[in-house]
Amino acid sequence: MFTYEFLQNYWWFVVSLLGAILVFLLFVQGGNSLIFTLGRNEQERSLLINSTGRKWEFTFTTLATFGGAFFASFPLFYSTSFGGAYWIWLLILLSFVLQAVSYEFQGKLGNLLGKRTYQVFLVLNGFLGPFLLGAAVATFFNGSNFVVNKTNMSSVMMPVISRWGNAWHGLDACLDPWNLILGFAVFFLARLLGNLYFINNIDDAQLQPRLRRRLLVDTVPFLLFFLAFVIRTLLKSGFAVDPQTGRIFMEPYKYLHNFLQMPVVSVLFLTGVAGVLFGLGKSIFCNRYNKGIWFAGIGTVLTVLALFLCVGYNHTAYYPSNLDLQSSLTLANSCSSPFTLRTMAIVSVLVPFVLAYIVYAWRSIDKKKLTRTELEEEHGY
Amino acid sequence: MEQITPALIDWSRAQFAMTAMYHWLFVPLTLGLSMIMGIMETLYVRTGDAFWKKTAKFWMKVFGINFAVGVATGLILEFQFGTNWSNYSWFVGDIFGAPLAIEGILAFFMEATFIAVMFWGWNKVSKGFHLASTWLTGIGATVSAWWILVANTWMQHPVGMTFNPETVRNEMTDFFAVAFQPMAVTKFFHSVLSGWVFAAVFVIGVSCWYLLRKRHVKFALSSIRIAAVFGLVASLVVAFTGDKSGYEVARHQPMKLAALENLQEGGNAQGLEIAFGIKIPYMLSLLSTRTPDGYVPGINNILEGGYVQPDGRVALSVQEKMRRGKIAVQALSDFREGQALADETKTETARDTLNAYAEYFGYGYVENPQDLVPATGLLFWSFRVMVGLGMLFILFFLVALFLGYRDKIAQSRCRWFYYVAIVCVPLAMIAGQAGWIVAEVGRQPWAIQDLLPVNAAVSSLAPGAVKTTFFVFLVLFFILLVAEIGIMLKAVAKGPEEIENAQ
Repeated sequence: MFTYEFLQNYWWFVVSLLGAILVFLLFVQGGNSLIFTLGRNEQERSLLINSTGRKWEFTFTTLATFGGAFFASFPLFYSTSFGGAYWIWLLILLSFVLQAVSYEFQGKLGNLLGKRTYQVFLVLNGFLGPFLLGAAVATFFNGSNFVVNKTNMSSVMMPVISRWGNAWHGLDACLDPWNLILGFAVFFLARLLGNLYFINNIDDAQLQPRLRRRLLVDTVPFLLFFLAFVIRTLLKSGFAVDPQTGRIFMEPYKYLHNFLQMPVVSVLFLTGVAGVLFGLGKSIFCNRYNKGIWFAGIGTVLTVLALFLCVGYNHTAYYPSNLDLQSSLTLANSCSSPFTLRTMAIVSVLVPFVLAYIVYAWRSIDKKKLTRTELEEEHGY
Repeated sequence: MEQITPALIDWSRAQFAMTAMYHWLFVPLTLGLSMIMGIMETLYVRTGDAFWKKTAKFWMKVFGINFAVGVATGLILEFQFGTNWSNYSWFVGDIFGAPLAIEGILAFFMEATFIAVMFWGWNKVSKGFHLASTWLTGIGATVSAWWILVANTWMQHPVGMTFNPETVRNEMTDFFAVAFQPMAVTKFFHSVLSGWVFAAVFVIGVSCWYLLRKRHVKFALSSIRIAAVFGLVASLVVAFTGDKSGYEVARHQPMKLAALENLQEGGNAQGLEIAFGIKIPYMLSLLSTRTPDGYVPGINNILEGGYVQPDGRVALSVQEKMRRGKIAVQALSDFREGQALADETKTETARDTLNAYAEYFGYGYVENPQDLVPATGLLFWSFRVMVGLGMLFILFFLVALFLGYRDKIAQSRCRWFYYVAIVCVPLAMIAGQAGWIVAEVGRQPWAIQDLLPVNAAVSSLAPGAVKTTFFVFLVLFFILLVAEIGIMLKAVAKGPEEIENAQ
C-alpha cells in the first residue's frame, strides 16, 4: 500500500510541515528583535523577554526535530547542505546558542557579561536567526554551488560524496539578491508574528498602543519583500525532473506550473496569505483585537507549507545545484531507504498525540495573561 | 581543490570532542537533578509540607541554569554530523538519522513542553498536574538520552543494516536490532545513572557547604538524605553496568580494551593492572571473558591476528583485513562503472565481491595498521580515573547515608566530611568526562566500528575553516562556562532564602 514514492512524498510533507511550524515559531526571534525598540525601560523589556521566554523551547525543539527528521528522511540533503554551506549553518547555530543561554543568564547575578549584553544577544539572534534561515530556504528555489558524486566513495584518498564548488561554503548564497530578499521577508514576518504574540500575551496598557503602531511600520517592508520574492519565483525558470529518466532540466515558469498543476497547494498558499493579511489588518485597525496571532500564525504555517510543497512535489528538484544541474537533489535521489521511511512513518503516527499535549500545556500556561505584577511574584528571567 | 588532510581530520575531531565534552558538563546534572526534584515535589504533594515545595524549587532553579546550555550544545552536536561529518551522514544516515528524529518527536518535545509548566505553572495548574509535569520533564530528558545513546551505541557496534552499492550507503533492515540492542541498554544505564551520581554528589556538596556555613540546616539535611540514597543506588547500578560494558567491549571492540589496559601482548589468565605495574591476578580475563584463564588479545595480537575470537572465528591480521577492505572498495568502483556502462556481468560480479567483503569495507580506507591503535596513554589513565572515582563515590554515599540518617552530620566533628563532599563535586564531573574519553577515544580511528574510519567520514572543508569555528566555539564555551559558574555560585550563595521564612 505504501509505495516508495508515497513514502517520499509523505516525508517531504512532514519535513515541510515542521519547517512551516518552525517559521511560525520564529515569532520568538522576531519578538526579541523588538525588545529595545518597544521596551523603554527595564521593566518593559523584562515583560517582553519573559513573554517570548516562555515559548523559546518550542522553537528550539522544532528546529532540532526539523534537523533530525530531515536527517532521517533525506540524508543526502543533510550531508550536502550542512557540510557544504558550512558557514551559513554555523552562523545560524551560533545565533541560536547565544539565544538559548541568554534568557536564563540575562537576569541572574554573576552572569559575567552584564544584563545588556545578553539582551543584545537576543536581538542578534532575533535578526540573524530568521534572516539566515530565510536566505537558506531561498536557495531551494535559486540553487547552490555543489557537486554530488556517489562514486567518490570508492576513492580512498578523497571519498567525500558531496562537495561545495567554492571556498565560500554557503556565504555565496548572499551574492544572489533574491536569497537576501527572502531572508528579509522572513525577518519582517517573524517580527510581525512576535508583535502579534505580544499583543495576545501581555496585558499592559502602556505597551499595547506601541505594539500596534510598530505593527504598521513592519508590515510595509514585509509585504514588499514577500511579494517581490513570490512574483519573481512564479515568473522564473525552475529546476524540473524528468520522472522517467531522473534527468534535471530548467523549465520556464516551473513554480507557476507547480501551483497551477497542484490546486490543493495553491489553495493552501492563498488561504495562508489571506490568514496572515487578515490577522495583521484586523490587529492594526481594531485596537482591542488580540487574536491576530492565530490567524497570522496558522496563515504562516499554510503559506510556508505550500512553498515547501511547491519546491519538492510535481517532479521538482528541491535542492538544486547551479554548478552541476544533475547533482541537484530530488525527493527520489536523496531520501532514505523504503524500510527506514516506513519505520519512521509508523513513529510519526504519534505526532498528533504530541501536538495535543503541547496545545494542552500551552493553554494551561497562557490562560492568564502576563502582567507586571506576575513578574514580581513568580519565577521569571 | 579541497583534500582530506590530517589537519582537517584533527580539527574536525577536536571540534566534535570539545562540543560533546562540554555538553556532558551540563547534561548529567540536569538528568539527575530532574529526578531529585521529582522526588522532592512528590513529598510535597504527599505531605502538603511547604518546606518540600521550596526545597524542590531551589533545585529547579539550579536545573534551569544548566538546562539551556545543555540544550544549546545538543543542537550543535546534532548539526555537526552534517556540517563536519557529511560523508558519515550519507553513508549511515539511513540508520543513524532515525534515533535522532525519534528523539526530537517523542522526547525533546515532552521535555520542552512540560518544563514550561514546571517553571510557570505553580499558580496556574493543579498540584497533581504540576507534579506530573515535573516528572515528565525528567522523563523527557531521560528518554531523549535513550535515543542519543542508541545512536552512539550503534557507532560502537553497528547492527541491523546492510550495504547497498546502488545508493552507496548502509541501509537499515532491522529497527529493533538498532533501537534495543543489549549494548544500548547497558550504555543507557551506565551513562544516565552516572549523571544521577553526579547530581547526587552535587546536591550533597552544596548542602555540605551550607552546613559548613551553618545556614539552611534543615534544607541541607533533608537534601543530603534524599541524595545519599538516590546516589548510592545509582552508583551501584553504574558499577554493575560498567562491568557489563567491559565484557561487551571485549567482545565487540577488543582494540579498545587492549588500549585501555595498554596491553601490548595478551594471553590467557591476564591480570588487571591497577596502576604502576600493580596487578590483580586473573582479573582482566575474568572481567572480559567471565573465566579466570580466558584469552585476552593485546594490541600486537590484534594487529597480527591468529587467535580465536569470542565468536569462535580465528582473527584475521589487520593487513589481511586491509587487503579485503581494498577489494571491497574496488568492487564498489567496478559496480558503479558497470552500472554506468550498463554492463550487467560486471555489475553482478562486483556486487558478489562486495557482498563477500562488505564486513571489511572500512579497512579499505586504512593506510597503515598502526593507525588502528588509539591513544593508549590517555585511555589507560582515563579508565583508571573513571573506575577509581566511581568506587570512591560508592563509599562516599555510604558515609553520607550513615552520617545523614544518624543526625551526626550536623555536628561540628563532621566538618571533614563537608570538605570531602565539596571536593567531590568537581571530581564527579571529571569522572563523567573520563568515561566519555574511554568510550570515544577508545574506538578511534573508527567513526563507525570497522565500517567507516574518520578519514572517510569527514566533510570536505579547508582545515582553516574548521580551525576557525573550533576557536569561535572554544571562546564562546569558555565565556559561557565562566558565566554559568558565576551564576551557580551566586544562586547557591543566595540559597533557598525563602525556606527559612517558610519554616
